[in-house]
Amino acid sequence: MTTRVVFAVVVSVALMVMDQRQHHLEAVRSTLSVVLYPLNFIVNLPQSSSRWLSETFSTRKQLHEQNRSLRKENLLLQARQQKLVSLETENQRLRDLLDSSFKIGERVLIAELVAVDLDPFRQQVLINKGSRSGIYNGQPVLDANAVMGQVIHTNPFTATVLLITDVRHALPVQVNRNGLRSIALGTGRINELELPNLPNNSDIQVGDLLVTSGLGGRFPTGYPVAQVISVIREPGQPFATVKARPKAYLERAREALLVWTLSPIKNLGADDDDTPEAPASATSKP
Amino acid sequence: MTLTPRRGGGIILASFLLALLLTILPLPEWARIYRPQWYTLVLIYWTTATPQRVGVGIGWLTGIIIDVLTGTLLGQHALALSLIAYITHKMHQRLRLFPIWQQSLVVLVLLLIERVLQLWIMGALGQPVPTLSFWISPLVGMLLWPWIYIILRDLRRKFQVR
Repeated sequence: MTTRVVFAVVVSVALMVMDQRQHHLEAVRSTLSVVLYPLNFIVNLPQSSSRWLSETFSTRKQLHEQNRSLRKENLLLQARQQKLVSLETENQRLRDLLDSSFKIGERVLIAELVAVDLDPFRQQVLINKGSRSGIYNGQPVLDANAVMGQVIHTNPFTATVLLITDVRHALPVQVNRNGLRSIALGTGRINELELPNLPNNSDIQVGDLLVTSGLGGRFPTGYPVAQVISVIREPGQPFATVKARPKAYLERAREALLVWTLSPIKNLGADDDDTPEAPASATSKP
Repeated sequence: MTLTPRRGGGIILASFLLALLLTILPLPEWARIYRPQWYTLVLIYWTTATPQRVGVGIGWLTGIIIDVLTGTLLGQHALALSLIAYITHKMHQRLRLFPIWQQSLVVLVLLLIERVLQLWIMGALGQPVPTLSFWISPLVGMLLWPWIYIILRDLRRKFQVR
């Protein structure tokens, strides 16, 4: 028994080191999670079946109402879309004039969150689409409002998404108003991001919208991320304390949007796709 | 070993599966901190009751499964659970003789050891130190132990698990 426990401890420590430093264990994890998929399925059953029931037994009136409101919303969105199309072409034309490479239009896929509780001390969610749908490690995940996070583990049926508020996550952002670049670090709290290393005199205000800067090549450019909620400038400190609240409904979302970027910036020294343990894209955390 | 035929492996497996399901069952946000370490409790019971069948190996395997299910580092729970199985195995004969309330206290200590190991690993990874609510689930586990013990013992007797 004693030799066995020593063996178990050594193997566990070796596994942890390998899982943390290198990433050879992704295949093992993926295979195991396929084997364990039935457990996830059973746990998710009450939610999926209740959704199915409410869809099946909703009344004609409810459906009519829903239809009407959806049609109204669709009309509004289409009107906005028209404006967007013209803006997009204009933008593309101007960029062509400036001779800068930029591509608009991305492939997206909608996935549902699986109702399964993961480790309570990490900000992760499980989604019901996996590598069978073409999802890869490091893929950006959005919700209807803003960036949610990125994929860190995949198996054929499900994928684990690391949210932007996890302490291991860092996201290159810029202030939408003036283009000031920074990095949004997760704090471990679901409603807070932190912008470190911004000098006291930097031009950032409460209410500023942070968007992805696209540096690092993992997230597409220009998606909203968070809104600055507090800027504290202490004259004695070298840097201002800047906090932001994610625009995505991280704790309430039920659907997630997976994005395939058409123009990944490959040559910026960005780490390639098979290093999922560096979710901090181009930058590593201090 | 060969004298007593092995029986009732299905019950052991089923109780472990149930513990895994309870571990990932979605709970409302406020209830999450009270979720006991089901897998540790079940492991402690079976290691005490059938030490020749359940031990370090099963503990390690359960830990790896938990790691995959909950998305922690591979080996994080495996390390803790194999050590818990080892300690329980060492003292299973004493543990059997204890009255239930005294068993609960021992179980509390075991559950706390598991948490401390988790805390060390989280610290080594540079994750922030969790709040005090991190220590609630061992207490819940201690309070649940008598019921888990009685239910599993009755099951074991009924299906004559050896």
